[in-house]
Amino acid sequence: MIKTHYPLVIIGAGPAGLAAASVAAGQGIEVALFDQQSAPGGQIYRGIESVSAQRAEQLGADYRRGGELVRAFRSSGAQYFPDTRVWSLTPGREIGLLQQGRAQMLTADQVLIAGGAMERPVPFPGWTLPGVMNAGAGQILFKAHGIVPADGVVLAGSGPLLLLLAWQYLHAGVEVQALLDVTPMVNHLSALPRLPRALLARHYLTQGLFYKRDLKRARISTLHNISELRAHGDARLQSVSFRHRGRRERLETELLLVHFGVIPATQLTQVAGCRHDWDAGQQCWRPRLDAWGQTSVAGILAAGDCAGIGGARAAEHAGRLSALQALHALGRLDTASRDRLARQDRQWMQEDLHIRPFLESFFRISDAMLQVPDDDTLVCRCEEVSAGAIRAAAAQGHLDSNQVKFLTRCGMGPCQGRQCAQAVGHIIAEASGKTVAETGHYRERPPVNPLTLAQLAALYPEECE
Amino acid sequence: MKADVVIVGGGLMGFSTALHLALRGSRCVVLEKDTPGRHASGVNAGGLRQLNRHPAEIPLAVVAAEAWHHIRELVDSDCDARFPGQVRVAENAADMEKLEQRAALVQSLGYRHEELIGRDELYRLVPALAPHCVGALICRGDGYARPFHALTAFRTKACSLGVHYQHSTRVERVEQGGGDWRVESTRGEFQAPVLVNCAGAWANAIAAMLGEPVPLTPGAPMMMVTERLPHFIDPVVGAASRKLSFKQMHNGTLLIGGAHLARLDLQRESTEMNWRKLAVSARTVLALFPQLLDVRIVRTWAGVEAFMPDHIPVIGPSSTAPGVFHAFGFSAHGFQLSPVVGRILAELILDGHSELPVAPFSIQRFAA
Repeated sequence: MIKTHYPLVIIGAGPAGLAAASVAAGQGIEVALFDQQSAPGGQIYRGIESVSAQRAEQLGADYRRGGELVRAFRSSGAQYFPDTRVWSLTPGREIGLLQQGRAQMLTADQVLIAGGAMERPVPFPGWTLPGVMNAGAGQILFKAHGIVPADGVVLAGSGPLLLLLAWQYLHAGVEVQALLDVTPMVNHLSALPRLPRALLARHYLTQGLFYKRDLKRARISTLHNISELRAHGDARLQSVSFRHRGRRERLETELLLVHFGVIPATQLTQVAGCRHDWDAGQQCWRPRLDAWGQTSVAGILAAGDCAGIGGARAAEHAGRLSALQALHALGRLDTASRDRLARQDRQWMQEDLHIRPFLESFFRISDAMLQVPDDDTLVCRCEEVSAGAIRAAAAQGHLDSNQVKFLTRCGMGPCQGRQCAQAVGHIIAEASGKTVAETGHYRERPPVNPLTLAQLAALYPEECE
Repeated sequence: MKADVVIVGGGLMGFSTALHLALRGSRCVVLEKDTPGRHASGVNAGGLRQLNRHPAEIPLAVVAAEAWHHIRELVDSDCDARFPGQVRVAENAADMEKLEQRAALVQSLGYRHEELIGRDELYRLVPALAPHCVGALICRGDGYARPFHALTAFRTKACSLGVHYQHSTRVERVEQGGGDWRVESTRGEFQAPVLVNCAGAWANAIAAMLGEPVPLTPGAPMMMVTERLPHFIDPVVGAASRKLSFKQMHNGTLLIGGAHLARLDLQRESTEMNWRKLAVSARTVLALFPQLLDVRIVRTWAGVEAFMPDHIPVIGPSSTAPGVFHAFGFSAHGFQLSPVVGRILAELILDGHSELPVAPFSIQRFAA
């Protein structure tokens, strides 16, 4: 039974949320953790409590680390509510929840948002064809159900996850037809000055090189610096084409998994009215935070990848720091104790983040690709708005995302703009000579998760006739 | 910059006024503190409703309806206007009596656009309605348009006639000097013998600069939109004794309003949904359309609007400042009136009087 008020509510059960809940509950605070998944672990440690030893082996050592985190959380005394979606969060910390088909409202003194990341949606010709999926979805099927592609797969895009998935598939016996890397060659140069600092967190580099070595040994065809990626097919995917070394090439395949890095899932911080800034390095919006993860709205904190991409380890540390701040705000820790307890995590987090500038430069997606150059490419799949329609709206003088949304309905569909917001920003920026920061972000409108009329009608049961 | 008329507020009223003045040869400047139609003008329900108007507004609404039916002639766009009619349903005998009295009032004023219909005609027009309703008041020529499209059409047409529009321009001070109004803004100074206040929820700040503050209350009526459904209803539906505006848009989504207000922070220009009130809206919809139980709400929002205590707008000359005209306080039902309000202001400014009865909208009704 969910109460109507908690001193601390945590949203999300990935590394940040789990670590935060364990710290806060350990200090005797009543903590409720709401998780839209059915079991703790978030995306990164999905299925960690139920996975077989064999699949855990296939998923690697980084994955198995989640087990410890979940065990600590389970014994911490924090209350865990799985399959529970947050559909509203107001600046006054009123939280709308949906659980087992029933909506309810509650309040909290402190709210920690730990909603994680989402894959960066990058529209390209044919991306909406059945048979084209996000690599993340492929990984979820693997982690949660052991489902892998039966008839081969082409992987395309950029970022560590793509490499990791290729490696995981390799070990699960999946035929990886090709790995198409869209990161431009120039990234290698621009990332180079950031390499020395990255060596301070070289675990990541050695891990990446280890994956690459295995892929090479297995003779997986890896093509670098590819551009003009396209998916082809009538009713579903039949082939993939791209430009490589000046030539257009084509691969027959029934499955294309794409990945263009991850960006913070900012729906909740946006809907709560927190200030956000455009991060040009990470090519995404992120909430403006202080050193403790406190947002611009009092009592609302954010930690982990939803606050800026830092990876699972950094998320754990950030979660603990935010928990300490929440305990401080609740009067449970004085300033000196908070700072003392934070010292270790703060140091580890800094060390862990050394790798980020290098990774951001190395895996950076080219502006040309983000700006969706082909006019016919659908940008908003809910409302079927093309890149050309957005450019036309910009040419008419609609130079911010919200105006383009009003005019074209781009972002007004059931996904609430999650799929198109980024692309719209890049397209308008390019068309108007502005920065993405100046084009602004869609104003996030609740419910951030769909709610039916019946669920809303029964929200305050005492008022129903 | 010098002009004939400076208009404060880049919403529908501001651009309609600029458009009508430009059509008659005036050089206008429109100043908007944000982006065009940022608040009420861009995000309202888009109702084109003559039905159940305040008696003082009826003559204006009837002329405006005519304008909407030919809106392409004015702004080169149909603004996505559609005219499936609007109905106000009676759910019991008491409701029906209320509607009968209303119909009699409208007839006594000499108008025929509101028509009483019985149960059979109601269910012929709205078969999807819950079976308990007994009749309705209908205006068959009513309908709706898409507000941001209308705003864009008015703005584009006005600018094509030479209107100078400037966004991100907040008016900071207004002074009279040498027969002109000098308007100081965050982006330059503007001068004109005539100043028009179409600043919506912020109009009182302008009126106060001119020494005639009014009892204006800013408010943000909440709206909801659902996922797309197969087409099942044509007219816009309201109810005699419930707060409701309900329509299915051409793309299949349902647009639900009910004049319930969001919590508003005018300083930050932000709104916060009042879920308790939205739950009332949802119950109202389900009382009239119980088959919609499992329809998903996709989005809710609220646009900031100016409300007057008597729920009719201020339209007309200033009582203190010569050369100043007001058009604000439409109390959440201004969208339909916008073509006629621009025409009235152009007449008042250029001819000294309007052919339409505007006396009830005088700002002087609030003089102490």
